[in-house]
Amino acid sequence: MIELNAHMITADKLTKRFGDFTAVDQISFDVSKGEIFGFLGANGAGKTTAMRMLCGLSLPTSGIASVNGFDVNTETEKIKRSIGYMSQKFSLYEDLTVKENMRFYGGIYGMTIPQIKTKTQYILEHLHLEKEKDTLVGSLPLGWKQKLSFSVAIFHDPSVVFLDEPTGGVDPITRREFWEMIYEAAHKGTTIFVTTHYMDEAEYCNRVCIMVDGRIEAMDTPTKLKRQYESAHMEDVFLKLARKAKRNAD
Amino acid sequence: MPSVVVDTISKSYMAEKKKVLALEDISFDVAKGSLFGVIGPDGAGKTTLFRILTTLILADKGTAAVDGFDVVKEYKDIRKRIGYMPGKFSLYQDLTVEENLEFFATIFNTTIKENYSLIKEIYQQIEPFKDRRAGKLSGGMKQKLALSCALIHRPSILFLDEPTTGVDAVSRKEFWHMLKQLQNEGITILVSTPYMDEAALCDRVALIQNGKFLSIDTPEGTVSQFKKPLWAVKSDNMYKLQQDLRQFKGMASVYPFGEYYHLALNTDKLLKEDIYGYLTSQAHHDIEVNPIKAGIEDVFMELMKSTDD
Repeated sequence: MIELNAHMITADKLTKRFGDFTAVDQISFDVSKGEIFGFLGANGAGKTTAMRMLCGLSLPTSGIASVNGFDVNTETEKIKRSIGYMSQKFSLYEDLTVKENMRFYGGIYGMTIPQIKTKTQYILEHLHLEKEKDTLVGSLPLGWKQKLSFSVAIFHDPSVVFLDEPTGGVDPITRREFWEMIYEAAHKGTTIFVTTHYMDEAEYCNRVCIMVDGRIEAMDTPTKLKRQYESAHMEDVFLKLARKAKRNAD
Repeated sequence: MPSVVVDTISKSYMAEKKKVLALEDISFDVAKGSLFGVIGPDGAGKTTLFRILTTLILADKGTAAVDGFDVVKEYKDIRKRIGYMPGKFSLYQDLTVEENLEFFATIFNTTIKENYSLIKEIYQQIEPFKDRRAGKLSGGMKQKLALSCALIHRPSILFLDEPTTGVDAVSRKEFWHMLKQLQNEGITILVSTPYMDEAALCDRVALIQNGKFLSIDTPEGTVSQFKKPLWAVKSDNMYKLQQDLRQFKGMASVYPFGEYYHLALNTDKLLKEDIYGYLTSQAHHDIEVNPIKAGIEDVFMELMKSTDD
C-alpha cells in the first residue's frame, strides 16, 4: 500500500549547540506531504538555526532529521537539490531580468534547457508577467518580486519548500494573493515549511509549531491550540507561550 | 503650533530611465506631543518621507516645517531638535554599546548623565552588555541601543522608520509600550510601520500606498470609513468557501482573515440568513456567519482597490 501520510520532513531530538549555548534543544516533529507547516517563535527562539539544519546548511550537534528521505547529517547535497528556499531578504538577483533569474535558477537545479523554457513560459503567463520578462527584477514592485520569488523557489518542482518570512513588508492584498499561491502549491502535493511574524497567517497553516528558547513549546492545528490556550486568536496563543522565554536573545 | 507641517510635498527619482514618483502631493500636520503613524507596505514612500523631514534629502516641490523650522532653509536647527532612528541599523558596529551612546551624546553637546532619566528604562535592559561591540548585539538589543542613541539629546520630535519590522509579536508589544512612555515625556513621535495592527496604538494614522496618502485620521475614524456591511464567515471547507463567496450575489470583496473570510457586501438588504442559506445550498457545513466591525486592514484593502480603479 502506498503510504498516504508520507512524512516529507522528520526530526527526532534534533539539537544544535554553539559552545555552551543550545540554540535548538531536542526538537522532534514530522511534516506530511502537502502539509502547510507553520514554524513560529520569537526572534532568537532557534527557528533559523533549525531551518538551516533542515536545509542542509548546518550540521546538527546531535539528533537526527530527514528531508524528502535524505539524512541531514550525511546527505546534505541531496537535500539541497530536492528543496526550494525563499526568504524575505534575498531570493532573486536584482540586476538580472525576470527571465534571466529563472534561467539561472533552473540551471543551478540541473534542469534542461527545454524544461526551463516550458516552465518560464508557464510562470510568465501564470503571474501575468509576460510584458516584464526583460525587466530587471530590482525595478519590479515588491509584491511582484515576492510572488516571482516563490515561483522561482518551486521552479524545479521540489517536494519541500522552505519559506522564511516570505510576506514581510508586503501590502495586505498581495500578502493574501501570496497565500493563495502557497495553497495551490500545497494542493498539488508540495510540502510547505513556513515562518512568519503575522499571526493571522499562522491560522492559514494546517499545523503550527511554536518554539520557545530552542524547544518546541506547542504543536497542533490552530483550532486545537486556541482551544488549549483558551485564546480567540493565534496571536494570544503566541504571546502566552513566547512570554515564557528566559533567553535574552533578540 | 503643530510639531510637523507638511504641505504638498512631492519627490521622484529615476530608476532604469523611468521616473518613479515616490511621494505625490503629501500634506499633513502632526500635533505636538502626539504619536503619528505612517502605515503602508515596503516601497510605499515611508522612508522617503522621513528622510525629507529629517533634512537628509530635498523634496522636488512643496514645503515642510519641523518644530517651526523649514526643512530646507533651517535644516541645522531641525537637526539639533530631532531624534532619528533609520530602518537600517546605522550605529558604529565596532564601537561598544557605551561608546556609541557617548559618541551621540558628545556630538549633541550633552552627556549621558544629563539625560539618563529619559533613556533609563530602555538603556537599563542593555546596560549589562555595555562593553560589547554594537555589531555583536542581537536584533532586539540593537534596536534598544539605536533608540537610546536617538534620544540621548532629549529631542522634541522623534522619527522612527520601521522600528518593528522583522520583530516578533512579543518584542513589538514591548516596543510600543516604550513609545507610549516617551510620549508621556512630551516627545512628539512619528513612526512608520508595515504592520497594520499597530495603527490602533497611534493617535492618528496615515495610510500610504504608491506615494499617496489613502487616508489620514484617528484609528477609530479610519475604520469608520468602511461603509459596507462586513461579515466574518467560516465553514468546514475553507478552500471551496472562498470560491463560493466570490460568486455570492451582492459580494463586494472576499479576503481571508485568519480562520475566517471577511465578506463585504454592496447592500445592507442581505441578512445573515441569506448568506447562511446560500452556503447551505452550496453544501457547506459547520457554517458560521457573524457581523463584524472593519479593521485597519479591511480599510486599507478597500482604499487600495478604489485607487487602482
